[in-house]
Amino acid sequence: MRLTKEEREMLRGDRGPACREALTRQMAVGGFFGAKDFVRVRSAHVHCDMEAVDDPGLDYIEALAASGAQCVIPLTTDPRSVDFAFAGELKQDPALVRKEQRVVAALLKMGAVPCNTCITYQSVDQPVFGEHLAWGDTGVVIYANAVGGARSNYEGGPSAIWAALTGRTPRYGYHLDACRRGTVRVDLQVKPRSVSDWGAVGCLVGRRVNDYWQVPVLTGVANSPTPDALKHLGAALASYGSLAMFHLVGITPEARTLTEAFGGKTPPRNRLVVTARHLHQVYDSFVPEKSQPDVIVFGTPQLSLYEIRELAALFKGRRVKEGVTVLLTTNRFFKDMADQLGYTATITASGAKVLTGVCFYLMAARELARRNGFRTLLTDSAKLANTVAGYGYNTVFRPTAACVEAAVAGRVLGG
Amino acid sequence: MPHHGATRRRRHGGERLVLRGPRGVGGVVEGEALVSRHGFSVRYDCDRARGIISRESHDLYGRSIVDKVLVFTTAKGGVASSWMLKDMRARGTAPRAILFRTTNPVLVQGAVLADVPLMHRLTPDPVETIRTGDWVQVDPGRGRVEITRRPR
Repeated sequence: MRLTKEEREMLRGDRGPACREALTRQMAVGGFFGAKDFVRVRSAHVHCDMEAVDDPGLDYIEALAASGAQCVIPLTTDPRSVDFAFAGELKQDPALVRKEQRVVAALLKMGAVPCNTCITYQSVDQPVFGEHLAWGDTGVVIYANAVGGARSNYEGGPSAIWAALTGRTPRYGYHLDACRRGTVRVDLQVKPRSVSDWGAVGCLVGRRVNDYWQVPVLTGVANSPTPDALKHLGAALASYGSLAMFHLVGITPEARTLTEAFGGKTPPRNRLVVTARHLHQVYDSFVPEKSQPDVIVFGTPQLSLYEIRELAALFKGRRVKEGVTVLLTTNRFFKDMADQLGYTATITASGAKVLTGVCFYLMAARELARRNGFRTLLTDSAKLANTVAGYGYNTVFRPTAACVEAAVAGRVLGG
Repeated sequence: MPHHGATRRRRHGGERLVLRGPRGVGGVVEGEALVSRHGFSVRYDCDRARGIISRESHDLYGRSIVDKVLVFTTAKGGVASSWMLKDMRARGTAPRAILFRTTNPVLVQGAVLADVPLMHRLTPDPVETIRTGDWVQVDPGRGRVEITRRPR
């Protein structure tokens, strides 16, 4: 890789051992992908919940902090494994809770912003068209690229920390024009009616197009979807397909026309078609093993204020069935607003819990299942229905309203 | 058998094939291959404590990946996997190397952190060419993978 004078100084250790460590590792990644040089990034976003990081990762982060590591750009954090207020109630392992506190302390020492959210783009940090970022969490990356027109690869936890310490990342993948052009055409012949429907579209396309280097181009979307709808579409595309970019023709900024979405080239004749029947098939593909779900989860990605408001309206004056655990997850910003507006009180009165700064599948989900007897999990998130299946759950994906009805009735339909 | 571009020779009574690709990360290792026709995510598919594929719908469900040279179509899903290879190295449950048809950046970043050899974009296609049980030597620096297959 071609290095600037500043980068050569970093490599020599002039900026300290942590910066040298970071740049050295980044060069190995850049070399793998044939990056010619580094690109400066405005901010970094790190995924480092304790369940993922574990002891060796924790030692690594603490060692970096102890050696004087300092972020030279903003470093925001993804959700954690623990909401300290609910750790006891959900029987989370006290050792996990203590380690989580150590991760946060080490990141603070480096100058990070521990906001613990996977919806930075709806709260603390919005992507700007054309800027370069080093964001982790697949959902924030695909939203930044597709909706914001900013440029980021998937930066895993260590990689995002390296970027925060050097202020740059290797220039490859989604930092380059050539990578951002559409590769697959998808005709939407159905009007998604809810955020779950958009998640179902993402699931369907992601199951068929599942390669980081592919970019689906969706046509047939008449009106701009809401930010929450785009959030669920992106999160599902990223989760099922490991995708980092999509275009909605006439809506997202690099796809004003079909031709522009394909980088000025003739769009491919072959296309995937998504119909109403396909969406039903997505829901039907998640079969409950038993009629009463053990746990119902709203919020992967974390809930926006509007989503919390919608759930408050649906749960108002109703009671969650005995034996069913209902969890909502959001960030500190929206939790505070929800408290203030009375949404939290309405939701908790039904028996549901509102968790802050976490995401269900990051909460040591296998252990959580063992300690609470969770097996059948119902959610309105296509992404969660995918991710948590790897932790031994029987996952069921249904639209938001159906999940609320199931919470009250203690019974989920289908299968 | 169409092994385009592959070098085939007999050695020790076995069959030898060579795959080539861009420079990977990590050092030279060898081990027994475990080949999947599915993608792979450490977080979504794997029980790290036991080094076993734990997703019920995965074609390697229940199989141990400890010390294997793993072959998958692609890296799936989330960024969390980038921490997890290091964790598995510490637990002694890590694979010896990973070969993908194509990978996303996350597993590469994780492999760099954990010093686990990783390569992709090999010719011929490792998923089609390598068989479970083959003995595989991985040389990321030279962009070279050699398979030794015992006669059946």
